[in-house]
Amino acid sequence: MSDFWIILTASIVAINAGLLGCFLLLRKMAMVGDAISHAVLPGIVVAYYFSGDKTSGLLLLGATLTGVLAAFLIDFLSRKAKIQGDASIGITYTLLFAVGMIMISSWMQGNVDIDMECVLYGDIATIHMDKIIVDDNLYLGPRAFYVEIIAFAIIGLSLFFGFKGFKLLAFNIDYARSLGINTGKWHYALMTLVSLTTVVAFEVVGAVLVVGFLIIPPATAQLVSTKLREMLLFTCLFGISAVISGYYLAVWLNVSITGSMVMVSGIIFFAVLIFQRIRNSSKQKIEFTEELTQYDQANK
Amino acid sequence: MQTFIDFISFKDPNVFYVVIGMICINSSSALIGSFAYLRKRSLIGDAVAHSLLPGICLGFIMAGEKNMIYLFFGAFFTGWLSTYLVDYIVNKSKIKQDAAIGIVLSSFFALGIVLLTFIQNGGYSDQGGLNHFLFGQAAAINKDELILFAVILAVIVGSIILFYRSFIIVSFNSDYAKSIGLPVRSIEFLMTSLTVLAIAAGIQALGVVLMSALIVTPAAAARFWSHKLKRMLFIAVVFSVFSGLLGAYISYANSNTPTGPWVVMILSIITLISFVGSTKRGILARYLKARKNKSKILLENILKAIYHYHERQNLENDLNLVLASAEILKVRRFDTTELQKGLNQLIRRGFIGRENNNYFLTEEGMTESKRIVRLHRLWEQYLLKRTSMDIFHVHSGAEAIEHILSPEIEKELEKELGIVGIPKEDF
Amino acid sequence: MNENCAIEVHNLTTTYGGAPVLWDVDFDLPAGKIIGVIGPNGSGKTTLLKTIMGLLEPSSGYVKIFNQDLSKMREKIAYVPQRESVDWDFPASVFDVVMMGRYRKGNLFKRTNNTDIEIVEECIEKVGLTEFRNRQIAQLSGGQQQRVFIARALAQKADIYLMDEPFVGVDAATENSILSLLEEMRNTGKTVLIIHHDLQTVSDYFDYLVLLNTRLIAKGTPQDVLTEENLSNAYGGQLTLLAKVANLIKENQFPIREKDVDL
Ligand SMILES: Nc1ncnc2c1ncn2[C@@H]1O[C@H](COP(=O)(O)OP(=O)(O)OP(=O)(O)O)[C@@H](O)[C@H]1O
Ligand SMILES: [Mg+2]
Repeated sequence: MSDFWIILTASIVAINAGLLGCFLLLRKMAMVGDAISHAVLPGIVVAYYFSGDKTSGLLLLGATLTGVLAAFLIDFLSRKAKIQGDASIGITYTLLFAVGMIMISSWMQGNVDIDMECVLYGDIATIHMDKIIVDDNLYLGPRAFYVEIIAFAIIGLSLFFGFKGFKLLAFNIDYARSLGINTGKWHYALMTLVSLTTVVAFEVVGAVLVVGFLIIPPATAQLVSTKLREMLLFTCLFGISAVISGYYLAVWLNVSITGSMVMVSGIIFFAVLIFQRIRNSSKQKIEFTEELTQYDQANK
Repeated sequence: MQTFIDFISFKDPNVFYVVIGMICINSSSALIGSFAYLRKRSLIGDAVAHSLLPGICLGFIMAGEKNMIYLFFGAFFTGWLSTYLVDYIVNKSKIKQDAAIGIVLSSFFALGIVLLTFIQNGGYSDQGGLNHFLFGQAAAINKDELILFAVILAVIVGSIILFYRSFIIVSFNSDYAKSIGLPVRSIEFLMTSLTVLAIAAGIQALGVVLMSALIVTPAAAARFWSHKLKRMLFIAVVFSVFSGLLGAYISYANSNTPTGPWVVMILSIITLISFVGSTKRGILARYLKARKNKSKILLENILKAIYHYHERQNLENDLNLVLASAEILKVRRFDTTELQKGLNQLIRRGFIGRENNNYFLTEEGMTESKRIVRLHRLWEQYLLKRTSMDIFHVHSGAEAIEHILSPEIEKELEKELGIVGIPKEDF
Repeated sequence: MNENCAIEVHNLTTTYGGAPVLWDVDFDLPAGKIIGVIGPNGSGKTTLLKTIMGLLEPSSGYVKIFNQDLSKMREKIAYVPQRESVDWDFPASVFDVVMMGRYRKGNLFKRTNNTDIEIVEECIEKVGLTEFRNRQIAQLSGGQQQRVFIARALAQKADIYLMDEPFVGVDAATENSILSLLEEMRNTGKTVLIIHHDLQTVSDYFDYLVLLNTRLIAKGTPQDVLTEENLSNAYGGQLTLLAKVANLIKENQFPIREKDVDL
């Protein structure tokens, strides 16, 4: 039974992260997503520390805000302090992650809920221990699953209604501004959603590996899609395939489940990339030989 | 206090290893990071750092124990592979560099985690220290590693000295480097290898997750202080070593806390201080400069106004003409307290003198005010001649510019316009 | 104010990091004309368009569209950016991109309706891309991509069109067909402002010219503007002094207007 819930929960994590990841990727902000996912750590630690409770809404809110703060800081460093964009990202996320680690090592000694292992790859194997049971018989599944479902609803609705806006922002931000659209608001809306995703995913997959869910499936999808909707759909498919096969691989080898899922995701990416290159080059070869024969015939 | 004395007196031989180790590690990565910054490839270091983990684990599995040589070569191999893959993805598909870095970084790191848990669950003895590579533990540096780090630093410093010019040219403009016949590929190969070496050394202290701070942050902080590469390299090294030592000390004093986060914190604080206080691009310097500009403009405008008063009386060269501040205000609007402050300053500088409540230009003041008025009018003439501005707009267009024109530009204006003395026309 | 003035640029100064790139530029542009903006590389043409569109904040001066603030006239003005300004690998078809021309601040959250679709189809046809309607934009040639951008602007149904180098990478036949399209628009009273590089063709293409090199060098009919003196002022390297002064201003963080000092 727990297999089922783990796969289901992780699949929703993959969908949530992947959908937003598509927009990050298209905006060339993949590493900003990486930074946000690291940067929510201090927010999560502070929220744990003060509320002492995993279910707290305060936790989610506080941690989400640190992610947005990271996005803001990156912006500030590159625009006001004129530090290169890449370097701004590196500085911001290492700083916030370091703050989180210092908090953990000084406040969280012996805390079972949050330790460095959990930061690395979450507690996916044990999510079923924190479950929702209505009365003795009716088991409704792990709490993390419901948190993810709520996040999915928020993200799904935002993307559905804001589809045009996010698309325009990703394709051509100057043009969006020329239409009088407040791109700042849209930008921070996206950052908030990304931050929210990484916060709720923290418990399941940790802060470090979530970036694999955020970037790899969308990148794989981008290789094979010609339209944005297609890309979103493929992202979900690639994400879910990685989750399922990664899970069974992990069980078989007795290794980290999250690690295995992201690893498989990476393998899928490289497989698609190489497959595509082989196909393209053979196609080119065929075209070339056709041209050659035509040329020969014409010369005769 | 006692711990501090223990620390700096190397009472514990381990402390000695840590200190020397941090100096080697941080110097190496600061040097490499500065070049990475110039090449706008700061985040590649992030991908490399994360990619070392599977290499270390593979090295461990192959050796069956924590054999430094195996770990190191494993790390070097996967680190190299990661930069190769990033370039491969960017060149061979429509995926852009940032996403390529993210893909490689997370795939390799995930592989590392898988291998790490494989080792942990696989009943290897002596695997305890592998965790240190995740978040860094400077205290774990031992003598053998120290020697390795020193060698790496020597290799990096040696290569930079030998290939300094080639590195610069390739960093700034690799197309140009190619065009003048430099072996760009070999140089890039060397730079990548050095980067992987530096990072491989660094993860002992910082851990794979935070390692990119050692690459990125010192360079970014140093950039505030100098635009000259040599000086930037030096400053980056100083910042980085200082943070490394302080971080190692804090971690030593609070046993059990990892070193990495403290080093990163201190480096970030240094960056912040640089941003505020640096002499070139800091906000403090900018604020001071703005104040200086403001006062210069005020003083020169007062002198200009006095000279205009002279002109109105047709007494351009008369040093005996005196006027009250009210008369200055008739020529040009000033805030009265500002004007008073400005007049006092001009007296202190010897440009004007005071008699009862009246003011007059000194010889120097006369020369100075003529210079300013002349610059203003030369610029007006220039605008008239070279742009479409008409006589109604040139005055406001030239306002404020007279304060900035340097003597060299004055000469050029003179030559271009063929004007000597002060142009009579005032628009 | 002049009734017939489409765009009024008043004493406009735009800076990048303190250095003026557009400096005290001042002109009125007549409505219902095809207007060319010319000047050497780096002379601030793109910056001018972006400042007019409100994408860059001027450090002094202002822009009026039909005597109104830009914020009130957004719907009346369409912008065609430089082709390199976007990533053409974006997963979208020609139709998708042209449809963006129908997006408005007010309808972002609404579904597209049939009128929008009709307009989009019509604009795609006008630029001759009907057969490529469903192609991914990455699989178009440079000239075709340029036409996609023009179609998107047409779909905005604006009165003023600002185009940044629409003829770059376009073959002669396409250039002519785009031009006759623009002339047709002009004849229905639209105003078109185009950044152009080819001095050979300017007098044939444009009714009115703006010659720029950081400063406004000249404006008016092609005959008035294309004089020996103006051209040598703009292209002949006569303005090195101007560049030096701009540099000094940047290095010393000097305010360009005195009122900036008397905060
Ligand atoms: N984002 C920026 N930051 C700093 N300087 C910039 C920026 N964008 C443009 N510039 C500078 O401003 C000046 C004018 O640029 P602009 O793009 O307006 O020129 P242009 O006339 O459009 O040139 P081209 O014909 O090459 O398109 C150039 O010198 C350029 O270096
Ligand atoms: Mg341009």
